[in-house]
Amino acid sequence: MTSPIISSTATVRPDRAAKSTLLSIRNVAKSFGRNTVLRNVSLEVAEGEFLTILGESGSGKTTLLRIIAGFETATSGELWMGAERLDHQPPYRRRVNTVFQSYALFPHLTVEENVAYGLRVAKRPDAEIAQRVAEALDKVKMTAHATKKPSKISGGQQQRVALARALVNRPRLLLLDEPLSALDANLRRQMQVELKSLQREVGIAFVFVTHDQEEAMVMSDRIALLRSGELEQVATPREIYNCPATTYVAQFIGHTNLLKGEVKDGVVRCGTLSWTAPLPNGPALFSLRPEHIRLAGSGATNVRIRGRVLQQAFHGATELIRVDCGGLVLVMRTASTSAMLDEVELEFAAPDAVPVRESPERN
Amino acid sequence: MFSRAYKTVVTVPPLAWVTLFLLVPYLLMFCYSFWSVSPSQTIVHSWNLDNYKELLQKTVYWQTLLRSMWIAARVMLFALLLGYPVAYYLSFYAGRRKDLLYQLVIIPLWVSYLVRAYAWKTILGSDGVFNTLLQYVHLTKHPVDFLLYSPFAVVLTLTHIYTPFTFLPIYAALEHIPRNLVEASHDLGATPSQTFWKVIFPLSIPGVLAGATFAFVLSLGDFLAPQLLGGPSGIMISNIVVSLFGAAYNWPLGAAISLAMLVIVVSLLIFSERLEKKWSFR
Repeated sequence: MTSPIISSTATVRPDRAAKSTLLSIRNVAKSFGRNTVLRNVSLEVAEGEFLTILGESGSGKTTLLRIIAGFETATSGELWMGAERLDHQPPYRRRVNTVFQSYALFPHLTVEENVAYGLRVAKRPDAEIAQRVAEALDKVKMTAHATKKPSKISGGQQQRVALARALVNRPRLLLLDEPLSALDANLRRQMQVELKSLQREVGIAFVFVTHDQEEAMVMSDRIALLRSGELEQVATPREIYNCPATTYVAQFIGHTNLLKGEVKDGVVRCGTLSWTAPLPNGPALFSLRPEHIRLAGSGATNVRIRGRVLQQAFHGATELIRVDCGGLVLVMRTASTSAMLDEVELEFAAPDAVPVRESPERN
Repeated sequence: MFSRAYKTVVTVPPLAWVTLFLLVPYLLMFCYSFWSVSPSQTIVHSWNLDNYKELLQKTVYWQTLLRSMWIAARVMLFALLLGYPVAYYLSFYAGRRKDLLYQLVIIPLWVSYLVRAYAWKTILGSDGVFNTLLQYVHLTKHPVDFLLYSPFAVVLTLTHIYTPFTFLPIYAALEHIPRNLVEASHDLGATPSQTFWKVIFPLSIPGVLAGATFAFVLSLGDFLAPQLLGGPSGIMISNIVVSLFGAAYNWPLGAAISLAMLVIVVSLLIFSERLEKKWSFR
């Protein structure tokens, strides 16, 4: 996992670049009264892509989803789906379907009737409805519960019905608003895998909203990280992990060590550490992932530092070790050892210290 | 959790109240309905079904009862037709004005029933507001007199009085519909009118049933509006009960009619509750 030092405008893999744009969000802003929730968000969703909008609560991710669905109107900006201006259409004319956080199944209709709803209101022929509903229920393995009311099935089953109800309409884009957040951890992990494979199978573009960075990493083709109503970085999970654009991204996605250094003539100095990097003179910030720090071995070219172990936290396959290196505290991840460590020498490869921008102040 | 003495102190007074002022009177009524009045105007405590026979045989009683039900049914219908749209508008579209409008619907309930009934008398009378207006714009030369002292006046007044009672349960039912169900319906391609008929209305049915029951039951037992505004053709069954307990001095027959009404109303309540249960999903 060597990572090139490049700026945040990371290259897009060619296979995705070839796919055409399905939805284009252009300079969308939204405020509720004085409260600005989104500012100047521009984002493109490709055909068949699994895009995750990731952010903390209050970052505006659900509002962005609701704007795409049509439940909220953007204060400014445009939505385009192909040559069609999407934000001028009411929600019921958009070829976009939503899986709601609380599923929003109709309590007075059976599972089957819930799934058939979209086709019924579109006045499809009965035979077609029956066939498509049966297929959809089969796809989410809910055929056995077809005639039950939503209150009689479990949360995980309601989730599947909500999915079937949306997918049966063959939307061009499926929006999912934290659909897994109500499920317990095991079921959630199982559903992550199922959702991802279902998305590959049907080939419909998914825009998935979550606050769970691990979920985002596991499922997404690309992640759009939203912070206080603005996009912090949009990239593949690997890019966003290996080359975070800002300190916020580096800290939000996984663990990291943030190093504050000073560059002079291509040499970075950070406390007692120093390494070479092709950067302009001046202050610089670096993100160094814990797994890129090792106990010193043979690699002569690596950056080395001695320190005293403060804490060893066992995480199963790996453990996280906090090391005090003369005032600079570094966290490293190693394969679990039974040994208790005291004085250690650490090393890391200079390119693994990724330069990041300071995240701008936002209220 | 609570001591025995505490429970006793808290529960005995209301129980005693209910027993003394509700159960005992009902029991007395029940007994009276099987007794009779002698020619010398005394109550004869002999048990028979004569009162019930009379109720079925004399057309005036069951016809008045039927007419009362017909008036109550119309009041129910009009109260629903007025109450539902108002409740729907308030719940879904009123936005910030919701609380104010809600109060405006409720405020008439603060005004005495009698005052409101008299108000209609003033409006509909021969030199009332309505007739003055008709003559002022030269629609008629003489006051029209079919307005007051007719079943029409009774239905109008009762509708005015009981619409808030219909509005309230419907409004409560509409407020309880999760808004994401409406969004989900739109999301699945249903137009606003499809959404109303397929999602909102079915989910508001328990409120509609409760409101309809209120309007019907309250109207059926009303005696003031027909007394003040009904005239001879607008007499309702309660007026007969009132006169039987008063001037006519035939308490046993009055009690029999009251019990017959009670049976009708209680069966209606049970029926409506069954339906409400069938239509609630939580």
